[in-house]
Amino acid sequence: MEKLLRIHRDDNVLVVKRLIGAGEMMRFDGEELVYEYPIGLGHKIAAEFIPKGGKVIKFGIPIGSATEDIPRGAHVHLHNLKSDYLPTFTLDHEFIGKK
Amino acid sequence: MSLSGKSEIIGYERADGRVGIRNVVVIAYLVECAHHVARRIAMYFPDDPVHVIGFSGCYPNSYADKMMNALCTHPNVGAVLLVSLGCESFNRNRLLANIEASGRPVRLVGIQSTGGTGHSITEGKAFVQSALSEIAHVPRAVLPFEDMIIGVVSGGSDATSGLTANPAAGRAFDKIVEMGATAIFENTGEMIGLEHHMAGRAVTAELGNELIEAVNKAARYYSIMGHGSFAPGNAEGGLTTLEEKSMGAYCKSGSAPIVGMIKPADRPGRKGLYLMDIVPDGEPRFGFPNPNDIWEMNELIASGAHCVLFTTGRGSVAGSAISPVIKICANPETYRRMEEDMDINAGKILYDEATTDQVADEIVEKIIRVAHGEMTCSESLGHQEFVLGYKSFEPIGPACLPVG
Repeated sequence: MEKLLRIHRDDNVLVVKRLIGAGEMMRFDGEELVYEYPIGLGHKIAAEFIPKGGKVIKFGIPIGSATEDIPRGAHVHLHNLKSDYLPTFTLDHEFIGKK
Repeated sequence: MSLSGKSEIIGYERADGRVGIRNVVVIAYLVECAHHVARRIAMYFPDDPVHVIGFSGCYPNSYADKMMNALCTHPNVGAVLLVSLGCESFNRNRLLANIEASGRPVRLVGIQSTGGTGHSITEGKAFVQSALSEIAHVPRAVLPFEDMIIGVVSGGSDATSGLTANPAAGRAFDKIVEMGATAIFENTGEMIGLEHHMAGRAVTAELGNELIEAVNKAARYYSIMGHGSFAPGNAEGGLTTLEEKSMGAYCKSGSAPIVGMIKPADRPGRKGLYLMDIVPDGEPRFGFPNPNDIWEMNELIASGAHCVLFTTGRGSVAGSAISPVIKICANPETYRRMEEDMDINAGKILYDEATTDQVADEIVEKIIRVAHGEMTCSESLGHQEFVLGYKSFEPIGPACLPVG
């Protein structure tokens, strides 16, 4: 059974639907990749190389930008992806704080 | 996907020209003090479509008034019994006149003027009995699928909601809109971080600005309420960014162009996809905009939804008064435990037993069968949830409903 799910055709990340165990090997177009730590349901794996500053696409829309080059198959999370939205949200907070 | 080969939907034709897919007798209490009498009358009809709705407040509220008027004249409603205590401030005479004008059998029972609990129950029961036999002969008419209005909500979400049920509901929404019908999504509080994406889907720039403003309003409102769900950096279940978290809910709306924005009990003006802005206007006054899932469903129904899609991961059992609720279960484990409550098992996407697109087809198929009269799980189990409280809204501006 496939362990990864592509939610939208435009996505460059896949979602884990079955736990990938520590030390487990996965194949991407014949290329083998061994995972050092377990990656659980709902986590993201790069479906392709994403350059630093590139948009990470899930649900067909950008959910943030890569903070470093992300190789295909790599776990995508807080260590290599940041929100594009945070500054706007912070401004809103300041607006609310001012009243 | 086409409807070819399927029989036409034969609905219930109302005098105002709208066509419903259910033929419900509504018993509406107009203040909490009349709730018991309303409930006792309904208890005489356990096997008939007799649903209790109402507004508990004694102080007047124009939002609640608009909701009650819209619900009592919903196309799924065949007849209405109004139960009033007598001294509450709800404008019962206007509601009665509006229902009469819509051509429905209606009766107002005032508990104080009728002479108390027992007499009111007797009088109300007699009306419901005669109304049930009267509406059994309501004219039937073809309901073109394009005239259907479908709403979507989510509740009891978990890590699987954004993977299976919500994307499938979104794709079902795309199909519904493609087939020419009307679809409504809501809960702007779940769209924080995505307002610009949403604005890009609006059919006009002015509407786009309205959508952005609605999300900004929600962000501000929830912050004042002390609602914590917008704190960024929630890594639970693999979510990395705020826009990703919001997207898990927002994807229920699919990808069709957004043709308008309405507020609760507003009727969509043309076919297509609408956002419903459920967050009150002005300074927060009456508490949370959406204290529970039921209220959100009731608002979609007040805007004319013939049925509501409800996605759930952890497993909500809720249904609604007036319109059938189609439960779409995101989590295959939940489905296994609570199968009797779930109409659609979207969690099988995780087991490779179906694609998102196949589940979307199943949802559309289910909507058509439900429109033909098939009972949903929550209907079969007797769910008729209803809740209505205080809110305040400004009317929508002209930019919200572009002509075209």
